[in-house]
Amino acid sequence: MAYNWHWGVFLQPTATGDGATYLDWMIQGLKMTVALSLSAWLIALVIGAVIGVLRTVPGVWLSAIATAYVEFFRNIPLLVQLFLWYFVVPELLPESLGTAFKQTHPVLQQFLASMVCLALFTSARVAEQVRSGINSLPPGQKNAGLALGFTLAQTYRYVMLPMAVRLIVPPLTSEFLNIFKNSAVCSTIGLLELAAQGRQLVDYTAQPYESFIAVTVAYLLINVVVMFGMRWVEGRVRVPGYIGGK
Amino acid sequence: MHEFDWSSIPGSLPFLWQGMKVSLEITISAVVFGIVWGTLLALMRLSAIGPLAWLAAGYVNLFRAVPLVMVLLWFFLIVPHLLESLFDLPRGADVRLISAITGFALFEAAYYSEIIRAGIQSVPKGQMAAASALGMTYAQAMRLVVLPQAFRNMVPLLLTQGIILFQDTSLVYVSALADFFGAAYKVGDRDGRLVEMLLFAGAIYFVLCLGASRIVRHYQNKLKTA
Repeated sequence: MAYNWHWGVFLQPTATGDGATYLDWMIQGLKMTVALSLSAWLIALVIGAVIGVLRTVPGVWLSAIATAYVEFFRNIPLLVQLFLWYFVVPELLPESLGTAFKQTHPVLQQFLASMVCLALFTSARVAEQVRSGINSLPPGQKNAGLALGFTLAQTYRYVMLPMAVRLIVPPLTSEFLNIFKNSAVCSTIGLLELAAQGRQLVDYTAQPYESFIAVTVAYLLINVVVMFGMRWVEGRVRVPGYIGGK
Repeated sequence: MHEFDWSSIPGSLPFLWQGMKVSLEITISAVVFGIVWGTLLALMRLSAIGPLAWLAAGYVNLFRAVPLVMVLLWFFLIVPHLLESLFDLPRGADVRLISAITGFALFEAAYYSEIIRAGIQSVPKGQMAAASALGMTYAQAMRLVVLPQAFRNMVPLLLTQGIILFQDTSLVYVSALADFFGAAYKVGDRDGRLVEMLLFAGAIYFVLCLGASRIVRHYQNKLKTA
Protein backbone atom coordinates (compact mmCIF):
# COMPACT_ATOMS: atom_id res chain seq x y z
CA MET A 1 0.00 0.00 0.00
CA ALA A 2 1.49 3.27 -1.10
CA TYR A 3 0.41 6.04 1.19
CA ASN A 4 2.50 9.08 1.93
CA TRP A 5 2.27 9.86 5.61
CA HIS A 6 2.65 13.54 6.19
CA TRP A 7 1.93 14.67 9.72
CA GLY A 8 3.46 18.07 9.06
CA VAL A 9 0.33 18.96 7.12
CA PHE A 10 -1.29 20.23 10.34
CA LEU A 11 1.21 23.06 10.56
CA GLN A 12 0.63 24.27 7.02
CA PRO A 13 -1.54 27.32 6.35
CA THR A 14 -4.99 26.37 5.06
CA ALA A 15 -5.84 26.55 1.36
CA THR A 16 -8.59 29.10 2.02
CA GLY A 17 -6.00 31.75 2.82
CA ASP A 18 -7.62 32.67 6.15
CA GLY A 19 -4.20 32.77 7.78
CA ALA A 20 -4.92 29.80 10.02
CA THR A 21 -3.18 26.44 9.99
CA TYR A 22 -5.04 23.14 9.79
CA LEU A 23 -4.21 22.64 13.42
CA ASP A 24 -6.06 25.87 14.19
CA TRP A 25 -9.10 24.45 12.42
CA MET A 26 -8.97 21.39 14.63
CA ILE A 27 -8.68 23.49 17.75
CA GLN A 28 -11.66 25.60 16.63
CA GLY A 29 -13.62 22.37 16.18
CA LEU A 30 -12.56 21.14 19.60
CA LYS A 31 -13.63 24.43 21.20
CA MET A 32 -17.00 24.24 19.46
CA THR A 33 -17.55 20.65 20.65
CA VAL A 34 -16.64 21.56 24.22
CA ALA A 35 -18.72 24.76 24.29
CA LEU A 36 -21.74 23.00 22.80
CA SER A 37 -21.52 19.98 25.09
CA LEU A 38 -20.96 21.95 28.29
CA SER A 39 -23.78 24.42 27.68
CA ALA A 40 -26.17 21.62 26.71
CA TRP A 41 -25.08 19.64 29.78
CA LEU A 42 -25.94 22.48 32.18
CA ILE A 43 -29.43 22.83 30.72
CA ALA A 44 -29.88 19.05 30.72
CA LEU A 45 -28.98 18.83 34.42
CA VAL A 46 -31.51 21.47 35.43
CA ILE A 47 -34.39 20.15 33.31
CA GLY A 48 -33.51 16.54 34.04
CA ALA A 49 -33.56 17.16 37.80
CA VAL A 50 -37.00 18.78 37.61
CA ILE A 51 -38.49 16.06 35.40
CA GLY A 52 -36.88 13.31 37.45
CA VAL A 53 -38.36 14.71 40.68
CA LEU A 54 -41.76 15.06 39.04
CA ARG A 55 -41.69 11.37 38.11
CA THR A 56 -41.46 10.42 41.79
CA VAL A 57 -43.99 12.78 43.39
CA PRO A 58 -47.47 11.58 44.31
CA GLY A 59 -50.09 12.86 41.92
CA VAL A 60 -51.04 11.18 38.68
CA TRP A 61 -50.96 14.21 36.40
CA LEU A 62 -47.50 15.47 37.19
CA SER A 63 -45.87 12.08 36.84
CA ALA A 64 -47.82 11.34 33.64
CA ILE A 65 -46.53 14.54 32.08
CA ALA A 66 -42.98 13.71 33.17
CA THR A 67 -43.26 10.16 31.83
CA ALA A 68 -44.54 11.42 28.48
CA TYR A 69 -41.62 13.85 28.32
CA VAL A 70 -39.08 11.10 28.91
CA GLU A 71 -40.69 8.68 26.45
CA PHE A 72 -40.89 11.37 23.79
CA PHE A 73 -37.19 12.18 23.90
CA ARG A 74 -36.06 8.58 24.29
CA ASN A 75 -37.96 7.08 21.39
CA ILE A 76 -37.00 9.42 18.56
CA PRO A 77 -33.50 9.16 17.09
CA LEU A 78 -31.17 12.02 17.99
CA LEU A 79 -30.60 12.87 14.33
CA VAL A 80 -34.35 13.19 13.72
CA GLN A 81 -34.71 15.38 16.81
CA LEU A 82 -31.88 17.59 15.60
CA PHE A 83 -33.50 18.04 12.19
CA LEU A 84 -36.84 18.76 13.86
CA TRP A 85 -35.24 21.54 15.93
CA TYR A 86 -33.28 22.97 13.04
CA PHE A 87 -35.71 22.68 10.13
CA VAL A 88 -39.18 22.22 11.58
CA VAL A 89 -39.49 24.19 14.81
CA PRO A 90 -38.58 27.57 13.25
CA GLU A 91 -41.41 27.01 10.74
CA LEU A 92 -43.94 26.23 13.45
CA LEU A 93 -43.06 29.15 15.69
CA PRO A 94 -45.19 32.29 15.42
CA GLU A 95 -44.21 34.18 12.27
CA SER A 96 -42.22 36.93 14.01
CA LEU A 97 -40.16 34.57 16.19
CA GLY A 98 -39.44 32.20 13.32
CA THR A 99 -38.27 35.05 11.11
CA ALA A 100 -36.15 36.47 13.89
CA PHE A 101 -34.45 33.08 14.29
CA LYS A 102 -33.79 32.78 10.57
CA GLN A 103 -32.28 36.26 10.44
CA THR A 104 -29.62 35.54 13.05
CA HIS A 105 -26.13 34.45 12.02
CA PRO A 106 -26.18 30.92 10.49
CA VAL A 107 -23.60 29.64 12.98
CA LEU A 108 -25.72 30.93 15.85
CA GLN A 109 -28.77 29.18 14.38
CA GLN A 110 -26.87 25.90 14.14
CA PHE A 111 -25.46 26.28 17.62
CA LEU A 112 -28.81 27.11 19.23
CA ALA A 113 -30.63 24.26 17.50
CA SER A 114 -27.84 21.83 18.44
CA MET A 115 -27.74 23.04 22.04
CA VAL A 116 -31.48 22.80 22.59
CA CYS A 117 -31.58 19.39 20.90
CA LEU A 118 -28.70 17.88 22.89
CA ALA A 119 -29.92 19.45 26.13
CA LEU A 120 -33.46 18.07 25.92
CA PHE A 121 -32.31 14.69 24.56
CA THR A 122 -29.90 14.32 27.49
CA SER A 123 -32.33 15.76 30.04
CA ALA A 124 -34.66 12.79 29.52
CA ARG A 125 -31.78 10.46 30.37
CA VAL A 126 -30.71 12.55 33.34
CA ALA A 127 -34.32 12.48 34.55
CA GLU A 128 -34.25 8.67 34.54
CA GLN A 129 -31.10 8.66 36.66
CA VAL A 130 -32.56 11.20 39.09
CA ARG A 131 -35.70 9.12 39.40
CA SER A 132 -33.82 5.89 40.05
CA GLY A 133 -31.59 7.72 42.55
CA ILE A 134 -34.62 8.98 44.48
CA ASN A 135 -36.33 5.60 44.30
CA SER A 136 -33.23 3.86 45.62
CA LEU A 137 -33.40 5.79 48.91
CA PRO A 138 -34.86 3.84 51.82
CA PRO A 139 -38.55 4.85 52.22
CA GLY A 140 -37.84 5.65 55.86
CA GLN A 141 -35.99 8.82 54.84
CA LYS A 142 -39.07 10.37 53.29
CA ASN A 143 -41.32 9.19 56.10
CA ALA A 144 -38.95 10.53 58.72
CA GLY A 145 -38.84 13.89 56.98
CA LEU A 146 -42.63 14.08 56.82
CA ALA A 147 -42.97 12.89 60.43
CA LEU A 148 -40.69 15.72 61.57
CA GLY A 149 -43.21 18.16 60.10
CA PHE A 150 -41.43 18.98 56.85
CA THR A 151 -43.70 19.63 53.91
CA LEU A 152 -43.18 17.34 50.91
CA ALA A 153 -41.20 20.07 49.16
CA GLN A 154 -38.98 20.52 52.22
CA THR A 155 -38.44 16.76 52.49
CA TYR A 156 -37.21 16.71 48.91
CA ARG A 157 -35.10 19.81 49.38
CA TYR A 158 -33.43 18.94 52.69
CA VAL A 159 -33.57 15.14 52.99
CA MET A 160 -33.97 13.23 49.74
CA LEU A 161 -32.30 15.30 47.04
CA PRO A 162 -29.01 15.89 48.87
CA MET A 163 -28.64 12.11 49.18
CA ALA A 164 -29.95 11.24 45.72
CA VAL A 165 -27.68 13.72 43.98
CA ARG A 166 -24.61 12.13 45.56
CA LEU A 167 -25.75 8.62 44.66
CA ILE A 168 -26.28 9.35 40.97
CA VAL A 169 -22.89 10.91 40.22
CA PRO A 170 -21.41 7.66 38.79
CA PRO A 171 -24.26 6.99 36.32
CA LEU A 172 -24.27 10.67 35.35
CA THR A 173 -20.61 10.36 34.38
CA SER A 174 -21.54 8.14 31.48
CA GLU A 175 -24.28 10.56 30.39
CA PHE A 176 -21.74 13.36 30.54
CA LEU A 177 -19.42 11.35 28.27
CA ASN A 178 -22.34 10.63 25.95
CA ILE A 179 -23.16 14.28 25.42
CA PHE A 180 -19.67 14.90 23.99
CA LYS A 181 -20.02 11.91 21.69
CA ASN A 182 -23.56 12.84 20.68
CA SER A 183 -22.45 16.35 19.80
CA ALA A 184 -20.75 14.83 16.74
CA VAL A 185 -24.24 14.34 15.28
CA CYS A 186 -24.52 18.13 15.01
CA SER A 187 -22.01 18.07 12.15
CA THR A 188 -24.95 16.97 9.97
CA ILE A 189 -26.57 20.40 10.07
CA GLY A 190 -23.28 22.05 9.20
CA LEU A 191 -22.05 23.06 12.64
CA LEU A 192 -18.25 23.07 12.42
CA GLU A 193 -17.46 21.03 15.51
CA LEU A 194 -14.73 18.44 15.79
CA ALA A 195 -16.15 15.72 13.51
CA ALA A 196 -17.10 18.25 10.83
CA GLN A 197 -13.63 19.78 10.97
CA GLY A 198 -12.24 16.28 10.47
CA ARG A 199 -14.25 15.88 7.28
CA GLN A 200 -13.17 19.30 6.11
CA LEU A 201 -9.54 18.42 6.80
CA VAL A 202 -9.88 15.35 4.59
CA ASP A 203 -11.24 17.48 1.76
CA TYR A 204 -8.61 20.20 2.04
CA THR A 205 -5.47 18.28 2.92
CA ALA A 206 -6.05 15.03 0.98
CA GLN A 207 -4.44 13.33 4.00
CA PRO A 208 -7.44 11.31 5.24
CA TYR A 209 -5.58 9.06 7.68
CA GLU A 210 -3.80 11.85 9.54
CA SER A 211 -6.99 13.93 9.74
CA PHE A 212 -9.19 11.16 11.07
CA ILE A 213 -6.59 9.81 13.46
CA ALA A 214 -6.09 13.30 14.89
CA VAL A 215 -9.83 13.84 15.38
CA THR A 216 -10.30 10.39 16.91
CA VAL A 217 -7.44 11.05 19.32
CA ALA A 218 -9.04 14.39 20.24
CA TYR A 219 -12.26 12.55 21.20
CA LEU A 220 -10.23 10.07 23.25
CA LEU A 221 -8.58 13.00 25.05
CA ILE A 222 -11.96 14.55 25.87
CA ASN A 223 -13.00 11.17 27.21
CA VAL A 224 -9.96 10.80 29.42
CA VAL A 225 -10.25 14.34 30.80
CA VAL A 226 -13.94 13.93 31.61
CA MET A 227 -13.33 10.54 33.20
CA PHE A 228 -10.59 11.80 35.48
CA GLY A 229 -12.60 14.91 36.34
CA MET A 230 -15.66 12.89 37.24
CA ARG A 231 -13.62 10.37 39.21
CA TRP A 232 -12.40 13.28 41.33
CA VAL A 233 -15.99 14.48 41.82
CA GLU A 234 -17.12 10.93 42.65
CA GLY A 235 -14.42 10.69 45.29
CA ARG A 236 -15.56 13.97 46.86
CA VAL A 237 -19.25 13.10 47.08
CA ARG A 238 -19.17 9.38 47.95
CA VAL A 239 -21.66 8.46 50.64
CA PRO A 240 -20.12 6.46 53.51
CA GLY A 241 -21.84 3.15 54.09
CA TYR A 242 -22.89 2.62 50.47
CA ILE A 243 -21.15 0.25 48.04
CA GLY A 244 -18.28 2.29 46.66
CA GLY A 245 -18.58 4.60 49.64
CA LYS A 246 -15.81 5.34 52.12
CA MET B 1 -47.83 29.93 10.69
CA HIS B 2 -46.89 27.03 8.47
CA GLU B 3 -49.51 25.62 6.04
CA PHE B 4 -49.37 21.84 6.31
CA ASP B 5 -49.59 19.75 3.16
CA TRP B 6 -49.29 16.03 3.73
CA SER B 7 -49.93 15.04 0.11
CA SER B 8 -46.35 13.85 -0.57
CA ILE B 9 -46.66 10.99 1.89
CA PRO B 10 -49.07 8.53 0.17
CA GLY B 11 -47.19 8.51 -3.14
CA SER B 12 -43.82 8.06 -1.52
CA LEU B 13 -44.78 5.18 0.77
CA PRO B 14 -43.13 2.47 -1.41
CA PHE B 15 -39.88 4.47 -1.44
CA LEU B 16 -40.08 4.98 2.31
CA TRP B 17 -40.68 1.26 2.77
CA GLN B 18 -37.52 0.54 0.76
CA GLY B 19 -35.70 2.83 3.17
CA MET B 20 -37.25 1.11 6.19
CA LYS B 21 -36.03 -2.22 4.82
CA VAL B 22 -32.47 -0.83 4.67
CA SER B 23 -32.80 0.39 8.27
CA LEU B 24 -34.06 -2.99 9.44
CA GLU B 25 -31.43 -4.86 7.47
CA ILE B 26 -28.65 -2.84 9.11
CA THR B 27 -30.25 -3.20 12.54
CA ILE B 28 -30.75 -6.95 12.39
CA SER B 29 -27.35 -7.82 10.93
CA ALA B 30 -25.59 -5.49 13.36
CA VAL B 31 -27.49 -6.96 16.32
CA VAL B 32 -26.61 -10.54 15.30
CA PHE B 33 -22.94 -9.87 14.54
CA GLY B 34 -22.69 -7.51 17.50
CA ILE B 35 -23.94 -10.13 19.95
CA VAL B 36 -21.67 -12.86 18.53
CA TRP B 37 -18.56 -10.64 18.51
CA GLY B 38 -19.61 -9.06 21.80
CA THR B 39 -19.84 -12.49 23.45
CA LEU B 40 -16.36 -13.35 22.23
CA LEU B 41 -15.04 -10.02 23.51
CA ALA B 42 -16.68 -10.57 26.89
CA LEU B 43 -15.19 -14.06 27.16
CA MET B 44 -11.77 -12.73 26.18
CA ARG B 45 -12.05 -9.98 28.75
CA LEU B 46 -12.96 -12.43 31.51
CA SER B 47 -10.36 -15.00 30.49
CA ALA B 48 -7.27 -15.65 32.57
CA ILE B 49 -4.98 -15.08 29.57
CA GLY B 50 -3.57 -11.59 30.15
CA PRO B 51 -2.95 -10.39 26.59
CA LEU B 52 -6.42 -11.51 25.44
CA ALA B 53 -8.14 -9.71 28.29
CA TRP B 54 -6.02 -6.65 27.71
CA LEU B 55 -6.78 -6.62 23.98
CA ALA B 56 -10.52 -6.95 24.52
CA ALA B 57 -10.52 -4.20 27.13
CA GLY B 58 -8.63 -1.92 24.75
CA TYR B 59 -11.07 -2.61 21.93
CA VAL B 60 -14.14 -1.99 24.07
CA ASN B 61 -12.77 1.19 25.62
CA LEU B 62 -11.66 2.57 22.27
CA PHE B 63 -15.05 2.07 20.60
CA ARG B 64 -16.93 3.38 23.61
CA ALA B 65 -14.87 6.56 23.67
CA VAL B 66 -15.41 7.52 20.02
CA PRO B 67 -18.68 8.95 18.65
CA LEU B 68 -20.66 6.67 16.36
CA VAL B 69 -20.59 9.39 13.69
CA MET B 70 -16.79 9.23 13.70
CA VAL B 71 -16.81 5.43 13.42
CA LEU B 72 -19.23 5.62 10.49
CA LEU B 73 -17.11 8.27 8.77
CA TRP B 74 -14.08 6.00 9.14
CA PHE B 75 -16.03 3.19 7.55
CA PHE B 76 -17.42 5.31 4.72
CA LEU B 77 -14.43 7.45 3.82
CA ILE B 78 -11.33 5.53 4.83
CA VAL B 79 -11.96 1.79 5.07
CA PRO B 80 -13.34 1.35 1.50
CA HIS B 81 -10.19 2.94 0.03
CA LEU B 82 -8.06 0.77 2.26
CA LEU B 83 -9.89 -2.36 1.09
CA GLU B 84 -9.70 -1.29 -2.55
CA SER B 85 -5.96 -0.89 -2.38
CA LEU B 86 -5.46 -4.05 -0.31
CA PHE B 87 -7.63 -6.44 -2.32
CA ASP B 88 -7.52 -4.76 -5.71
CA LEU B 89 -11.29 -4.20 -5.80
CA PRO B 90 -12.80 -2.24 -8.69
CA ARG B 91 -12.78 1.46 -7.83
CA GLY B 92 -16.03 3.00 -6.64
CA ALA B 93 -17.87 -0.29 -6.07
CA ASP B 94 -20.88 0.54 -3.87
CA VAL B 95 -19.78 -0.78 -0.52
CA ARG B 96 -21.84 1.67 1.53
CA LEU B 97 -24.34 -0.86 2.85
CA ILE B 98 -21.62 -3.36 3.73
CA SER B 99 -19.53 -0.59 5.30
CA ALA B 100 -22.50 0.58 7.31
CA ILE B 101 -23.29 -2.91 8.59
CA THR B 102 -19.63 -3.59 9.44
CA GLY B 103 -19.23 -0.25 11.18
CA PHE B 104 -22.38 -0.70 13.25
CA ALA B 105 -21.54 -4.31 14.12
CA LEU B 106 -18.01 -3.51 15.30
CA PHE B 107 -19.22 -0.45 17.22
CA GLU B 108 -22.19 -2.12 18.88
CA ALA B 109 -20.15 -5.21 19.77
CA ALA B 110 -18.29 -3.02 22.30
CA TYR B 111 -21.59 -2.10 23.99
CA TYR B 112 -22.97 -5.63 23.76
CA SER B 113 -19.79 -7.04 25.28
CA GLU B 114 -20.25 -4.85 28.37
CA ILE B 115 -23.85 -6.05 28.77
CA ILE B 116 -22.79 -9.67 28.29
CA ARG B 117 -19.84 -9.35 30.65
CA ALA B 118 -22.13 -8.03 33.38
CA GLY B 119 -24.55 -10.87 32.62
CA ILE B 120 -21.86 -13.52 32.96
CA GLN B 121 -20.61 -11.97 36.19
CA SER B 122 -24.13 -12.00 37.63
CA VAL B 123 -24.27 -15.80 37.46
CA PRO B 124 -23.43 -17.14 40.96
CA LYS B 125 -19.87 -18.46 41.31
CA GLY B 126 -21.16 -21.80 42.60
CA GLN B 127 -22.48 -22.62 39.14
CA MET B 128 -18.99 -22.59 37.67
CA ALA B 129 -17.62 -24.49 40.64
CA ALA B 130 -20.35 -27.14 40.40
CA ALA B 131 -19.73 -27.60 36.68
CA SER B 132 -15.99 -28.04 37.30
CA ALA B 133 -16.73 -30.49 40.10
CA LEU B 134 -18.79 -32.52 37.62
CA GLY B 135 -15.70 -32.81 35.46
CA MET B 136 -16.56 -30.21 32.81
CA THR B 137 -13.77 -28.22 31.19
CA TYR B 138 -13.85 -24.40 31.40
CA ALA B 139 -15.23 -24.21 27.84
CA GLN B 140 -17.95 -26.77 28.54
CA ALA B 141 -18.96 -25.09 31.78
CA MET B 142 -19.17 -21.69 30.02
CA ARG B 143 -21.14 -23.02 27.06
CA LEU B 144 -23.50 -25.40 28.84
CA VAL B 145 -23.96 -23.86 32.28
CA VAL B 146 -22.97 -20.21 32.61
CA LEU B 147 -23.83 -18.66 29.24
CA PRO B 148 -27.39 -20.07 28.98
CA GLN B 149 -28.26 -18.61 32.39
CA ALA B 150 -26.50 -15.34 31.65
CA PHE B 151 -28.31 -14.86 28.34
CA ARG B 152 -31.69 -15.57 29.85
CA ASN B 153 -31.23 -12.65 32.23
CA MET B 154 -29.74 -10.41 29.58
CA VAL B 155 -32.44 -10.68 26.92
CA PRO B 156 -34.27 -7.47 27.92
CA LEU B 157 -31.05 -5.44 27.97
CA LEU B 158 -29.91 -6.88 24.65
CA LEU B 159 -33.27 -6.03 23.08
CA THR B 160 -33.21 -2.50 24.52
CA GLN B 161 -29.76 -2.04 23.03
CA GLY B 162 -31.27 -3.26 19.73
CA ILE B 163 -33.88 -0.49 19.90
CA ILE B 164 -31.14 2.07 20.50
CA LEU B 165 -29.26 0.60 17.55
CA PHE B 166 -32.35 0.94 15.36
CA GLN B 167 -32.55 4.63 16.27
CA ASP B 168 -28.84 5.05 15.59
CA THR B 169 -29.14 3.59 12.08
CA SER B 170 -30.53 6.98 11.05
CA LEU B 171 -26.92 8.20 11.28
CA VAL B 172 -26.08 6.46 7.99
CA TYR B 173 -27.37 9.81 6.73
CA VAL B 174 -23.69 10.87 6.78
CA SER B 175 -23.06 8.47 3.88
CA ALA B 176 -26.16 9.48 1.89
CA LEU B 177 -27.33 5.87 2.10
CA ALA B 178 -31.14 5.92 1.81
CA ASP B 179 -32.36 4.32 5.01
CA PHE B 180 -35.84 5.24 6.30
CA PHE B 181 -34.77 8.66 7.53
CA GLY B 182 -32.65 9.33 4.44
CA ALA B 183 -35.61 8.40 2.22
CA ALA B 184 -37.96 10.68 4.15
CA TYR B 185 -35.46 13.53 3.93
CA LYS B 186 -35.00 13.05 0.18
CA VAL B 187 -38.76 13.09 -0.47
CA GLY B 188 -39.22 16.17 1.69
CA ASP B 189 -36.35 17.94 -0.02
CA ARG B 190 -37.65 17.05 -3.50
CA ASP B 191 -41.22 18.20 -2.84
CA GLY B 192 -40.32 21.18 -0.67
CA ARG B 193 -42.24 19.47 2.16
CA LEU B 194 -39.36 18.92 4.57
CA VAL B 195 -41.41 19.95 7.62
CA GLU B 196 -44.13 17.36 6.99
CA MET B 197 -41.74 14.55 6.07
CA LEU B 198 -39.52 15.12 9.12
CA LEU B 199 -42.56 15.15 11.41
CA PHE B 200 -43.82 11.98 9.72
CA ALA B 201 -40.45 10.23 10.11
CA GLY B 202 -40.26 11.27 13.75
CA ALA B 203 -43.76 9.94 14.41
CA ILE B 204 -42.96 6.58 12.78
CA TYR B 205 -39.76 6.17 14.80
CA PHE B 206 -41.61 7.15 17.97
CA VAL B 207 -44.42 4.64 17.46
CA LEU B 208 -42.06 1.79 16.52
CA CYS B 209 -39.58 2.37 19.34
CA LEU B 210 -42.21 3.02 22.00
CA GLY B 211 -44.08 -0.14 20.95
CA ALA B 212 -40.92 -2.22 20.96
CA SER B 213 -39.78 -0.95 24.35
CA ARG B 214 -43.25 -1.66 25.81
CA ILE B 215 -42.99 -5.25 24.56
CA VAL B 216 -39.53 -5.58 26.09
CA ARG B 217 -40.80 -4.23 29.42
CA HIS B 218 -43.70 -6.69 29.37
CA TYR B 219 -41.28 -9.55 28.74
CA GLN B 220 -38.98 -8.27 31.49
CA ASN B 221 -41.84 -8.31 34.02
CA LYS B 222 -42.73 -11.84 33.01
CA LEU B 223 -39.10 -12.86 33.48
CA LYS B 224 -39.07 -11.32 36.96
CA THR B 225 -42.15 -13.19 38.16
CA ALA B 226 -41.10 -16.49 36.56
